[in-house]
Amino acid sequence: MKKKITTLILGLSFLFIPGFASGQDLLIKNGTILTVTKGTIPQGDILIIKGVIKQIGENIEAPKGVKIIDATGKYVIPGIIDSHTHIAITASNESSEAITPEVRIRDVLNAEAPAIYTALTGGVTMVHTMHGSGNPIGGQNIVLKMKWGHPSEEMIVHEAYRTLKFALGENVKQSNFFTTTSRYPQSRMGVNAIIRREFLKAKNYMEKRDRYLKAKKSKKSSKNLIPPRKDLRMEALADVLRGKMVARCHTYRADETLEFINLSKELGFKIACFEHASEAFKITKELVSEGIGISVFLDNWAYKIEAYEGIAYSAAYCTKKGVLVSINSDSSERIRRLFNDAAKAMKYGGLSEEEALKLITINPAIQLGVEKIAGSLEVGKHGDIAIFNEHPMSAYTRCDMTIIEGEIYFDRAQYLKEREEMEKKKKAEKDKKKKGGER
Amino acid sequence: MIKRAIAFTTLLMLILAFGFTQEKSPNLIAIKGANIIPVKGEDISEGIILIKDGLIEGLGKNIDIPPEARIIEAKGLFAYPGLIDGLCFLGLSEISSLRSTIDYREIGRNNSQLKAVEALRPESVHIPITRANGITAVLVAPTGSLIAGQSGLIRLVGWTPEEMIIKSPVAMHIAFPSIPRRRRGRETAPPEESSKRIEELKKILNEARYYGKRKEAARKNLLLAYPDFDESLEFLLPVVKGELPVIISVHADKDIKAAIKFVQEEKLKAIFFGVEQAWRVAEDIKKAGIPVIFSSLYGMPPKWEDGYDGLYRNPSVLHKAGVKFAFSSSSSSLAKDLPYHAAKAAAFGLDRKEALKGVTIYPAEIFGVDHLMGSLEKGKVANIVLADGDILELRTNIERVFIDGKEVDLSNKYTELLKKFKKRN
Repeated sequence: MKKKITTLILGLSFLFIPGFASGQDLLIKNGTILTVTKGTIPQGDILIIKGVIKQIGENIEAPKGVKIIDATGKYVIPGIIDSHTHIAITASNESSEAITPEVRIRDVLNAEAPAIYTALTGGVTMVHTMHGSGNPIGGQNIVLKMKWGHPSEEMIVHEAYRTLKFALGENVKQSNFFTTTSRYPQSRMGVNAIIRREFLKAKNYMEKRDRYLKAKKSKKSSKNLIPPRKDLRMEALADVLRGKMVARCHTYRADETLEFINLSKELGFKIACFEHASEAFKITKELVSEGIGISVFLDNWAYKIEAYEGIAYSAAYCTKKGVLVSINSDSSERIRRLFNDAAKAMKYGGLSEEEALKLITINPAIQLGVEKIAGSLEVGKHGDIAIFNEHPMSAYTRCDMTIIEGEIYFDRAQYLKEREEMEKKKKAEKDKKKKGGER
Repeated sequence: MIKRAIAFTTLLMLILAFGFTQEKSPNLIAIKGANIIPVKGEDISEGIILIKDGLIEGLGKNIDIPPEARIIEAKGLFAYPGLIDGLCFLGLSEISSLRSTIDYREIGRNNSQLKAVEALRPESVHIPITRANGITAVLVAPTGSLIAGQSGLIRLVGWTPEEMIIKSPVAMHIAFPSIPRRRRGRETAPPEESSKRIEELKKILNEARYYGKRKEAARKNLLLAYPDFDESLEFLLPVVKGELPVIISVHADKDIKAAIKFVQEEKLKAIFFGVEQAWRVAEDIKKAGIPVIFSSLYGMPPKWEDGYDGLYRNPSVLHKAGVKFAFSSSSSSLAKDLPYHAAKAAAFGLDRKEALKGVTIYPAEIFGVDHLMGSLEKGKVANIVLADGDILELRTNIERVFIDGKEVDLSNKYTELLKKFKKRN
């Protein structure tokens, strides 16, 4: 009984301690370790204790009872991070209105989405699941770990930045809809104006609140002082203005990207990252001086006019100019081959293996504010790891194992074994039926 | 003054351009020092390929280089035959969300009269990008209707559609139902039953046969009525005669079985395209002797039960069963990715050499042009790619490309835009 209660308390504590690693012990032996930030260990071990990397090096002895994974001949890399997805949710766009910063992705999480498993099969351990690009100001995004089989609450990465989705251009103008729509805005003028309008409203809202608080404190304060009405839409934008939330802005054209930078300066909010940013290579100067990163497709392009100049060289070129670049999938399929996309940055622009690998590990980690816990293999970071049979930048590579906080979430060998058993079982049942039929 | 400067520069550029092309198109070229991967035959380390009048005159370690030959030093590079895309929409689709730039589909059920090559836009920005990745010939195909029309094989160089066409028609394209997928938790509307489609197709083919017979009979006998011209049947005559192959888009295992029965009953020369669940019926396909073209491997398996690697392992399973196969990009803006589909299959069990064959000699054989291309052999067209590594690898750079023995320009929209904006930053 006592034991039961302790377990219960322990279980509950998992729920209430934000960011608590789910905590397994694991020793990975004899792999080629690509740490991303601290070089390569040709043949080394990684010890994970309670979900956190305890030791990286050679000839690490397994403490008693710790499970050992033999990675001989394989490549061990940090779990891949996708800076821009719309997976593991039941809705992505609140399209009834153009301005909806009050809506939250965390309210529509779906822990049973097959895309979570798909992501794991491609070595992805963490994703930024975002509101869609239907609105100039969309909704609040969330960062998740791909803990397949766990309730959605346990997937949330509490260390990450709070981010708000903005979007510009064709999608918010609704210009690729089959029928014409009447929602404002319909032009890039309108897109900028509506975002400015909402921030000015939010400033006005904050001002009213400040005045109320001041008045309340002042000696002249009257009993009849009425507090301003709480407005969740305005609260969200106020949080952006207060620096408690950062902007992630969907953009394609260079000009609209620059205009959004101007807006952020005019109104005083922080842009963490531009999404897609097809034409980022045209404005590296501005991106570098403002310290704004980009989360891009490596070469997915030409699916609409504003994506018609999104060249495959952009990711590597921007990287070399000093822009923080990550490669995203924005897809529940491409997510499982992000490492292939990263390798293309070696061909298109000549990045090194390590630089290319950064595009899907440490760079997105920095963009999401989780570089202290993820994005590279370092002591003290979470044991989020992907193991590949060949170098992850090779076209012939395959992800064999994906680990989150020391727990194995995808194991290809195990998967194949189970599949074989299932097929055998199915065949036996079929044969049995056949035999029965003959009688 | 400025005008004069412009005129002078133009003149200079013209002279340079003229001189450039002049210098680049002698009829005798020797590629020297490359590691030759001929696809058919043994690899040759640091060999010589001699090109004469657009054809491969010889290749090997000890080839005499005539003194008048233009020599291309290729030491450290790898020479491959130009890659062949089993099906794509290059030149037919520019910007996928803009209807005004899409020309690979028509309305109606029977569009046997359509020829993909007649909508071809040689100026498409996707063509030079694809070429710069070592792809030198592609099948461009119509899609969308029950009978979508005729595909053509084109070379990725030329100012006009005529200059680009290698062979047209290559096949008549027919579509079986697609597999319903779950999207956002809901099953998409169930497609029509393949049995219904087969019934409709059989009716059309029978009509075509009857139309052909009436024409034939009338030709022999002046007193018989000559049938009126029927567009919907006229272009099916080579199909029912078994002269023109059909490429059937077919996806689910049960539909593949039905399609095999259909082509056998109708005595058609067939190639299957798509075949996402072919691994379930590999033996049947092998027995029927039907080659397959895989659609893009950049997709999800249609059914969760197929396993996450359903599309990836499909080529390996079919190869083991003895089925001939080719890869395709099934794309326009990403046709350049063709080699990576082959590599993906290799990552999931297909032999690497077989993967390479799936983008070279096998598609050439399937399209009946293996006497012209698909491997580096004496007498074949000199479609040659010089790469700095394995041509299926993502990081490999394509250094030079020859189509019909002529070196082609590898600059493209990517490189031009990069060059332009390098000036700013």
